[in-house]
Amino acid sequence: MSSNSQADFEPIVGRYLRLAIGGKPHRLYVEEAGKGIPLLCLHTAGADSRQYRALFNDRETLERFRVIAFDLPWHGKSSPPAGWQKGEYKLTWRAYVDAIMAVVDALDLDRPVVIGCSIGGRVVLHLALEHAKRFRALIGLESGAHADPYYDLGWLHRPDVHGGEVCGGLVSGLIAPTAPEADRWETIWHYMQGGPGVFKGDLHYYTSDGDVRARVAGIDTGVCPLYFLTGEYDYSCTPADTRDLAGRIKGAHVTIMEGLGHFPVSEDPPRFLGYLRPVLEQIRARDAQS
Amino acid sequence: MTAGAIERLGELANQDTWLAHRGRFLDVTFLVEVGQTSYLIRIHRGRIEGIDKGPLVMPRWTFALRASEEAWSTFWTAVPPPGFHDLIAMLKVRALRIEGDQHPFMANLRYFKDLLALPRARSGGAR
Repeated sequence: MSSNSQADFEPIVGRYLRLAIGGKPHRLYVEEAGKGIPLLCLHTAGADSRQYRALFNDRETLERFRVIAFDLPWHGKSSPPAGWQKGEYKLTWRAYVDAIMAVVDALDLDRPVVIGCSIGGRVVLHLALEHAKRFRALIGLESGAHADPYYDLGWLHRPDVHGGEVCGGLVSGLIAPTAPEADRWETIWHYMQGGPGVFKGDLHYYTSDGDVRARVAGIDTGVCPLYFLTGEYDYSCTPADTRDLAGRIKGAHVTIMEGLGHFPVSEDPPRFLGYLRPVLEQIRARDAQS
Repeated sequence: MTAGAIERLGELANQDTWLAHRGRFLDVTFLVEVGQTSYLIRIHRGRIEGIDKGPLVMPRWTFALRASEEAWSTFWTAVPPPGFHDLIAMLKVRALRIEGDQHPFMANLRYFKDLLALPRARSGGAR
């Protein structure tokens, strides 16, 4: 890239990271932009870090935060581990937490803020329970302590139903009806590109292994502040689910976002950034005082 | 909004050549229940071939979508409230029941979501 290039590049730089997760070698795709407090972004089930494209282009955020996102193993441009073809992919809370902490350690991030959506909004609860001191603040989007499946997950991975079509078809309604068309369909496209069985494997964590209801009362927001933001159109994790969760955690902040669904970062970025920027500013101001 | 919505579905669907193209592998007869009224809808290669309004004598169908008149009416508003903006959302809030062999419905989920949303009042909220 020469300095006089007319190419209209975004500020995002992507690289491949080699690291061990749970003792196994992995190759993960990592993107970053901006300078300042590290802000680690976690994508939803069955998708990848492209969901955060607007945040990565938000000049106001990039002046204060080093925004980083990685694709989980099996997702986006990250590889599945060697031998993937021999078994079924099923995400567990332990494997998810291990992957996040491995990235934090590999990049030597100093008490990053973590923002996660859906399964990412769930895993911030596990991070708060297991590693609270390692984080400056945690932001859960579409966070619930548990989710009951409302359709037969078996439809997501079977050879007589196209995985991309059914995953895209299932999540389309989780987007608010007011979302801009281009962002709506970009969000759905990511789902259509997931590998076979990956969305279903993530939902193993979301609907079963990651049930954290019995533990959330033990979260100490005095050690690490916790913010929840949930879209009013989300029927996977409803506003009621998030309020129920927050009611169990002393000091948790809750915002219900109007005109947004389950994919706020991706389905209607301008509307979402209007909700997120004040939270980031609060975190930054608190950090500057300490 | 509900009155005549399903009756208009044939015309609306068959005008939509892209919808018909996406359903080109689809041959199915399914039942839609709007409150007390049943409709038997026959699809051949993605086009609606016929709609029979109940009462029906010995109807045969592969799958059925059943919801109250109020639920469908809310679903067909221009910007429906949460829970009524999508077929799967209505399933989640228990406003819709899906019965029978769901394979053609799930294998063509976007098709059926788009088809059933056709009577929705236009305001840019179409999916």
